[in-house]
Formats: sequence, C-alpha cells, structure tokens
Amino acid sequence: MWEKVQNFASEFFVTGDPLIYGADVSIAVTLIAVITVLTYFKKWKWLWSEWLTTVDHKKIGIMYIISAFLMLFRGGVDALLMRTQLAVPEMSFLTPDHYNQIFTTHGVIMILFMAMPFMFGLFNVIVPLQLGARDVAFPFLNSLSFWLFFSGAMLFNISFVIGGSPDAGWLAYPPYSELMYNPGVGQDFYIWGIQISGIGSLMTGINFIVTILKMRAPGMKLMKMPMFSWSVLSSCIAIIFSFPILTATLALLFLDRYAGAHFFTLDGGGNPMMYINLIWMWGHPEVYIIVLPAFGIFSEIVATFSKKKLFGYKSMVYAMMIISILSFLVWAHHFFTMGSGADVNAFFALTTMLIAIPTGVKVFNWLFTMFRGKITFESPMLWTIGFIPCFIVGGLTGVLLSVAPADFQFHNSYFLVAHFHQVIIGGVVFGYFAGLYYWWPKLFGFKLNERIGKWAFWFWNIGFYLCFMPQYVLGLMGMTRRVVSYGWDKGWYEMNLVSTIGAVLMGIAFLFQVWQIAHGVKHRNANLDTTGDPWNGRTLEWSIPSPAPHYNFAVLPQVTDQDDWWERKLRKQEGHATPAPAKLEPIHMPKNSGIPIIMSACWFVAGFGFVFHWTPFIIAGLAGVAISMLVHSFNYKTDYYIPVDEIVRTEAKKGRVTG
Amino acid sequence: MAHTKASGPAHQADLHSEQHDHHDLEEMRTLGFWIYLMTDVIIFGTFFATFIVLQGSTADGPLPADLFDINGIIVSTFILLTSSFTCGLALLAMNKGRLKALIGWLAVTALLGATFIGLEINEFVHLIHEGANIGTSAYWSAFFTLVGTHGLHVLIGLVWMIGLMIQLAKRGITPVTKRKVNIVSLFWHFLDVVWIFVFTIVYLMGVS
Repeated sequence: MWEKVQNFASEFFVTGDPLIYGADVSIAVTLIAVITVLTYFKKWKWLWSEWLTTVDHKKIGIMYIISAFLMLFRGGVDALLMRTQLAVPEMSFLTPDHYNQIFTTHGVIMILFMAMPFMFGLFNVIVPLQLGARDVAFPFLNSLSFWLFFSGAMLFNISFVIGGSPDAGWLAYPPYSELMYNPGVGQDFYIWGIQISGIGSLMTGINFIVTILKMRAPGMKLMKMPMFSWSVLSSCIAIIFSFPILTATLALLFLDRYAGAHFFTLDGGGNPMMYINLIWMWGHPEVYIIVLPAFGIFSEIVATFSKKKLFGYKSMVYAMMIISILSFLVWAHHFFTMGSGADVNAFFALTTMLIAIPTGVKVFNWLFTMFRGKITFESPMLWTIGFIPCFIVGGLTGVLLSVAPADFQFHNSYFLVAHFHQVIIGGVVFGYFAGLYYWWPKLFGFKLNERIGKWAFWFWNIGFYLCFMPQYVLGLMGMTRRVVSYGWDKGWYEMNLVSTIGAVLMGIAFLFQVWQIAHGVKHRNANLDTTGDPWNGRTLEWSIPSPAPHYNFAVLPQVTDQDDWWERKLRKQEGHATPAPAKLEPIHMPKNSGIPIIMSACWFVAGFGFVFHWTPFIIAGLAGVAISMLVHSFNYKTDYYIPVDEIVRTEAKKGRVTG
Repeated sequence: MAHTKASGPAHQADLHSEQHDHHDLEEMRTLGFWIYLMTDVIIFGTFFATFIVLQGSTADGPLPADLFDINGIIVSTFILLTSSFTCGLALLAMNKGRLKALIGWLAVTALLGATFIGLEINEFVHLIHEGANIGTSAYWSAFFTLVGTHGLHVLIGLVWMIGLMIQLAKRGITPVTKRKVNIVSLFWHFLDVVWIFVFTIVYLMGVS
C-alpha cells in the first residue's frame, strides 16, 4: 500500500529538481501565510462578500490587474532563468527538458495570463466610466469571465509542481504536442488551462461590445466616444472572431490526445500543418487584440498631457478598425517556409506590409497631437514617449520579416525573437503601464510616487534595449531560437551576455514598480486625489470622485461634445451658467453572486480530471457547471435599487453636493 | 460644485434612468446572444473547414459512402426541421399570451429534439459497430467531431428548454421569460441551419 502511494506521488508531483522543490516550499509558505493572515484578522467574510462574489466592474478590474502582476512576476522569472542559461556558452544551469518547459510557459503566461488579464483589467475599470455608464452590459457574466480566467491560469500554473509543465512551445505545434511524442500531462494542462480561460475571454469580448454599443451616456454618438473605448471595441471585435477558432483548435488537439483522433497526427491521414494554420488564424489577431487597447491608452494620454484635442480623431478610428480587419488576413506570414508557393506567400506578405500604413497614421497622429502642445512629463506621458521609438523600430523590423524571401533567412532566428519582444514589450507592456499609471488615482484614490516611477521607467527602457538589440544581431549571425546552449566557437558570447544583463535590468525595473506600489499604499494619505481629476483630464471618468462610488455616476451625464469633460470645464471657466441639477433617482444595480467562482472551480475540477484521465473528476466537475447554470437561471432576484438618501450620503462623503 | 449634474432638461434625465429598465435590459441580452451565436458559427465553421480538408483522408479505413444510411438521415433531418416549426408555433402562442399552448409546443419541440438525438446515437453505434470510430482515420475524426458537436448542442438546447418550461409554469409569461423563450428559439433555429449544412456537406456529398 505504502509503495503504491509512493509510486503515485512520484508521478503526480514533479521531483528531482532543486528549483521545483524551492517552488513547492514557496507555494506552501505563501498559502499558509495568506490563510493565517486572513484568519487572524477575521477577513474571510469580507474577502468573500466584498471581492470574490463581487459583480462591480471596478473591483473585477482590480482583481484582473493583480493577477496580471503576479503572472508578470512568474513569466519574468522564467525569462531570467532562460537568459541565465544563455549568458555564457556551454552553460549547464538548466537541463534541455527544463529549458523547453520554461520557454513554453514564459510565452503562454506572458501573452495569455499576463497581457490578456492586464488588458481586461483596464477594460473593466475604465470603459464604463468613460462611457458614462453605471456598469457593463452583463455584470454576472463579467464576474464569470474573471473567474474562468483565474481557474484556467491556476490550472496552467500548477503543472509546474504537479505532473509536469508543457514543453512544446507557446502554440503547441503538433506533431511534437501529440501524445506519441509528448506523453506526459503537461500538454493537457496547456489545453485545459487555455481552454477554460479562453471561454472567459470570449465572453468578455461579447460583454464589452454590447456595453459600448448600448450603454453610452445619452448624447455620446459613436464618433464622440473616447479613443480608448474605440480601441476596446476594435479589440473585442477581433476577440469574438478569433477566440472561437482557438476554442475549436484546442478541442481538436484534445481529441487527438484524449480520444485517439487523427486530426494532426502523421498517421491516420492527419495534417499537422492544418493545426499551424488554425492556431495562427487565432494567434495573429491575438497580438493585435492586445496591442490595440494600448494604442487607445496612448491616444488618451497624449491628448491629456499635451492639453490638446487628439489630432486626426477620425483617421485614428478608421486606422483601428482597418488594423482589426487586416489582422485576420496575415496569418500565413508566420510560416512562409511552409511551402505553400509564391502566390500565397506574396498575398500574405502584402497584407502584412499593408498594416504598416494605418499604424503609421496613428504614430503621426500622436506626434501631431504633441506638436505645439503644452506637454508635461508625468509617468504616463513618459511611457508613451518611450513607446514611440521602440514601436517604430519593432514595426520596421516586422516589415523586414514580412518580405517572404528574406523571411527564409530570418525564420525562427533571434531576429524574430527580438522583433516580437520589441513590439509586444514596447507596445503592449509599456502601453498597459502607461494606462495603469494614468488611471491609478482613479482606481485607488491616491497618486503614486513619481521619482520611483521614473527609476522604473529608465531601468525598463535601458534594460529593454540592452536585452533585445543584441538579439537582432544574434539572429543575423545565425542563432536560432529555442537553443538551450551554444559553443564558444560561434562568436555569440558577447551579444548574449549583454542581452542577459539587459534582462536583469528589466527585472530590477519590476522591483522598482513593486516598491513604488508599496510606497504608494504606505503614504497614500499624503498623496490623496481629492479632485477626482488629477491630470486635468478630458474624458468622463475624470468627472467623478476618485475612487469612483460603486454606482459610478449619481446622475447619468448628458454628453454634447467629444472630450466632453474638458469642454464642460472650459464652459465653466468662461463663466457660462451651469445647468440646474437633475433630480436624483434610485439606482438599479446587480446583486453580488457566488455562482461565478463556484462554477469556475467546477471547471477547474473538470479540467484537472481531463488532464489526469480521472473520470469521476470530469463527471463531478461538469455536473457542477451544469447545476450552477441551472441555479443561476432559476434565480430571478438578481438586482436591487440604491435608495436616494444613500446616494446623497455617499456623494457627500466624497465631497460632492448633488441635488 | 455641480460635478455630477446632467445638463439636459429634467424630462430627458428621466429617459436616461430608464436605461436600466427591464425593456432595455432584455433587448441588450438578446443582442448579446446574437453575438454569441456568431461566435458559435465560427466554431462550427472551423469544424466544417477541418472536415472539408480531411475529406479524402480515410487512410485505408472504411469509406463514408459504404456506411452512411441516407434514408435514416433524411428521417432525422425531417424530425429536426419539424421541431423548428413547432418551436415557431410555441413563439406564436407566446405572443398571443397563451401560456398552456406555449408550454405544450415547447414540449413537442423537446420531444422531437430528443428523438433526433436518439437516432443520432443509434447511428453512431451502428458506425462504430461497422468499424468506423473517432480513431479510425482523420476523416472519421472530423466526422464524429462535427456531427457530435451539433448533437451536443441539441442536447444542451433540450435541457435548457425543460428548465424553461418549469420556469414558465411557475412564473407565466413575463418580459424575462419572454426573452428567455425568444433566445432558446433563436438557438434552436440556429441548430437547424447548422444541420442543413451538415446534411449537405457531410451526408449528401459523402454518398455522392
């Protein structure tokens, strides 16, 4: 009996690597610490009723952003482990197997469990406020989306200590991801982690499209809508067209591994290239999905910190829409070497190059907005200005990669690695940081320390260029990606060492940001944002107190202009009479619900069952999901009204007088 | 400070507060469901594309033309199309406010749906018995995935409809139950449309 348990445990838990034992210990210590603190301060009930069951879009947004930061840490540690391994030739810090797992999880985590939740966090906290709405269209679904993301992310992350991590690259190309070549449970964790969180992403896409189309404040025509909301709309359109393809593709790979199907196997008539086509039909739009909202953020920030209207508003809108459509017509540029012939390659090369045009339009619009503006260099603006050169270089190397014949040389080289890190860190990560610094006072009611923020900014930027510029050169020198080690004779030593130093600098930059947040929380009373409008903003989110009351707007605003809040401030300055206060009315709000977290936990159980082929877990999990759905469907008491006197009290506490 | 005041006249402000009223909320939910259906179209589209790519990949396994029982398929098609018709009758009854007729027609629809699923299970058992299962060849993998996904959708629609009949019996026809019936009928018609493509591309082209 004891032997059986031992055998089982040695298969179930990953053993043998000191790094993993370290992780085991740190996970256990963190869990015990969290449980102890919550119990000691008697915070369980508070946690459950204020946060875990909340349907308030602002709180959901904050939970997304916290998760994204944790995942940024994990993905960043992965990156540093890889760079350590590659710092000098013939290094034996990581074994090849372990290295494969680390570059796989680094890619998956950074795109799907860091960038996506960070983006959804910003959607959630800001879009309803910008639209002058009290909530998103489907608050219950919104909470469910978050918990599905969270379950999926956790399922993916436990593979590190239970069963083993996936190691077939971030897109799990067959045949290597097939059962025959990859018999462990790692790939199954990959499939179910992404599948469960992907359903959440899809629902968020639907939710925000309906929110933007149907819940704008009266008078806010689409062409008066703030640019960030436009970018969210274009990103969500890309989500609803691409994520179903991901769902279907992962389902097919799952059937291959679980039920012995032959979609992508080399025997039985399957076709691995079909997987690669399908996954990139999702994967290419995905990178535009995460970068479009960053473009929206930059547009808001450039206008606010230049004290000018955004230059070329309409062309910006069209550019975003065109990018979101073109993103679906370029997928084959990821495998020009597939052998589909010159005509196909030429088509995809051209569509890829076309994307440079709307992107160029946007860059010029930002520059022209700054032209003759009264620019101030607070953190959000700093990140925006840091982004522009970085993204231009990254974009231009993208055009180089899109030249099909040249791509035969660059394909799978460090040139490519440098390119996509440059557009994704320079575009997406810098963009979300800019957004977080910009909206931080709105979220938490206090400002962060600028000095520490500037240290973080410079460490990030210098580290970034040191890390990735050498990689372009390494690519041209013939270093391919996913190599675990290289010899002294290659001549790659110096460039790799510089690159690793750059990565360490970015790691230090992250620590500065953690310090900045801790410092901000500690000294929050000294830096309170009492005006609700710390940057002299232009859009509606700055018209309400910071942090926003849970109903957002005591009275829904009546919009007349683009940049309505700015125009209202101007009118007031010019001495125009302020319109008479509107009458307060009870506000209709959704009730909290525990079903989303319970349903997602059931998905987690089912996913775990699928990974380990444990049928009772599968049945129990799926039954739990079905029961949760039915219980929710039978519940008709999902909302309540906030009475007028409560609104008056809340507003008075925030220093507002409302009649 | 007049930060949170609306600038419009008072009657306009009244209109805004109706934004969260039931009528608008139900309309929004219907729009959301249309968008969801679109995403489901793309999932099916992916499975159809896969099926078409793998159509010739039978890898020395049995061929569809040898195993398909086209008469049986025509019968199930007829049953499913009829269920869409009875679902329409249920909606007509609802719009006339006749609760009993509404529940009755929904029951007939569900019964026809259940028959369809029964026939499909029967067909799958027959195919497996003849040596064509999901692991036989890429063609049969694509077949069972595509047709099975449609069947799974019908099953979900069935459970959904039963739950809804109970709610209707308890609460009668209200704006909320009305929207729920409208949405389930959208879903049901959608499955019919998908089936027409399955019938044409999988079965008719399979035996020709």
